[in-house]
Amino acid sequence: MLAKRIIPCLDVKDGKTVKGVNFVNFRDAGDPVALGRRYSEQGADELVYLDITASHEGRGTFVDLVSRVAANVSIPFTVGGGIHSVADVETLLNAGADKVSINSAAIRQPELIGGISLRFGAQVCVVAIDARFDGKEWICYLNGGRIPTERRLNEWAYEAQERGAGEILFTSMDHDGVKTGFACEALASLSDRLSIPIIASGGAGGKEHFLDVFTVGKADAALAASIFHFNEIPIPELKKYLLDNNVTVRF
Amino acid sequence: MDVAIIKYNAGNNFSVLCALRRIGVEAVVTDDPDRIRRADKVIFPGVGEARAAMEYLTAHGLDGVIRSLRQPVLGICIGQQLMCRHSEEGDVDCLGIFDVDVKRFVPSGAVHKVPHTGWNNISVVRDGGVVPARLDGSYVYYVHSYYVPVNEWTDVVTDYIVPFSGAMRKDNFYSTQFHPEKSGGVGSDILKHFIDL
Repeated sequence: MLAKRIIPCLDVKDGKTVKGVNFVNFRDAGDPVALGRRYSEQGADELVYLDITASHEGRGTFVDLVSRVAANVSIPFTVGGGIHSVADVETLLNAGADKVSINSAAIRQPELIGGISLRFGAQVCVVAIDARFDGKEWICYLNGGRIPTERRLNEWAYEAQERGAGEILFTSMDHDGVKTGFACEALASLSDRLSIPIIASGGAGGKEHFLDVFTVGKADAALAASIFHFNEIPIPELKKYLLDNNVTVRF
Repeated sequence: MDVAIIKYNAGNNFSVLCALRRIGVEAVVTDDPDRIRRADKVIFPGVGEARAAMEYLTAHGLDGVIRSLRQPVLGICIGQQLMCRHSEEGDVDCLGIFDVDVKRFVPSGAVHKVPHTGWNNISVVRDGGVVPARLDGSYVYYVHSYYVPVNEWTDVVTDYIVPFSGAMRKDNFYSTQFHPEKSGGVGSDILKHFIDL
C-alpha cells in the first residue's frame, strides 16, 4: 500500500533555518542540512525547503545549500521560493533537488508549469496554492498571501494539473498557524476532483489533525513546520498513532 | 571498485553520485563508451521522458553500448523502462533487453493518483536480484506514471492500481522502478548489495 507522507517544511533565509527551531539538546537546529538529516532519521518521508531570502546574493547561498542537502540527506526533497523560469528549475535540479515548488510564478505565467513538466517530467513540478475562504469560495492569493487573485482553488488546481503539475501543495491561509486542524472539507473536494497527489498544509496542531486530513481530507501527504520544529509532535510518535488508527505510513 | 554512472539527458546523476558517496563508493559520471565498458559496475539512472531519452541515447551511440555490456548494470526508474522493448511514453522503441512493454497507469479516483508518488512496500518474489530477500516488505520511494507489468524477469512486485515490476533481472542486467538513491537506509542497503554483486 502506498503510504501517506509526513513532510516537515523548513523556511530558509541566507542559508539558515528560520522560525525559532527549538529542539531539546539539538545545537544545530539553525543548520538546514543538520535539521533535514535529523528529520530523515526520525522517519520524515520527504522534506520541503522554502527559500525566503530576498537578496540576489542569498540566492547563491540557497543553491549551495541544496547541494549540501542532496549530499547528506537520503530522502526526496522539494525546494521552493524565487523560482521564475525553467532555467531557475534547472539550476536547482542540477544542484540535487528532486522537485520544485512554484506558487505566484505559476499564477502569473501558467505556461511555466508545462515548460517544467515537458523538460523534466511532471513529477518534478509541484504547484503550491495559497487560498482563503471568503464565506462562499476559496480565493487564490499571490506573494505569500498578500494579493488576492481572480483564481478559485478548485478551478486553478485543475488547470495546473492539466498543464502538467505532478502534485498540488494546498495551504489554507485560514488554517495556517491556528493549529486547529487542516481544511479537510476543501481538501476532500480537491482530492475528488484531481487525479494527481495533494499535499495538505496549514493547521496542524495535534496528531488527530493528521488522522483527519488523511481520512476525511483524503490528502496524500501532510506538511507542517512549527509543530515539528518545536518537537510538539515527534514524528515517530505521530506515525505510531497513525498506524494504530489504520492509516498506512512508512515505519 | 570502478563504478560508472551513464551521463545522458534524463539522469539525476548527482543524486546517485551522492548516494554512492554515502556508502563510501566514488563513481564517475561519463558518456564515454570506452570508460563505461571498462567499469566493474554500471549504473543507468533516470528521471525524464522516454522518447527524448531514447533519441539522446541513439544519437550518442549509447544504446548499442548499453546492450553490449557484460558487467552488472543497474537501471533505475526510467532506466528500467528504457531497458524494455517499447514504452507508451512517447510511443517509442527502447533497448529491448527485457522483452516486455512499458504501460501508463490509469488513475482511479481519490485513492489512485498518477504519478504514483511516495513510499510503497515491496514483495521480493525471486531471490538473487538487486533486492535481497531480507528486505521483503520494506518501503521504498517511487515516483512514476509508467510501469513495467509483472513478467518472467520480475524480482520485486509492488501493488499500485495493478501489480507491477518493482525490480527485474536478466543475466547481468538489473533494474529498479523505485529510487534506491532516495529510499533512505533501505535504498543504501540495495545500492551496497549491487556494488557487492
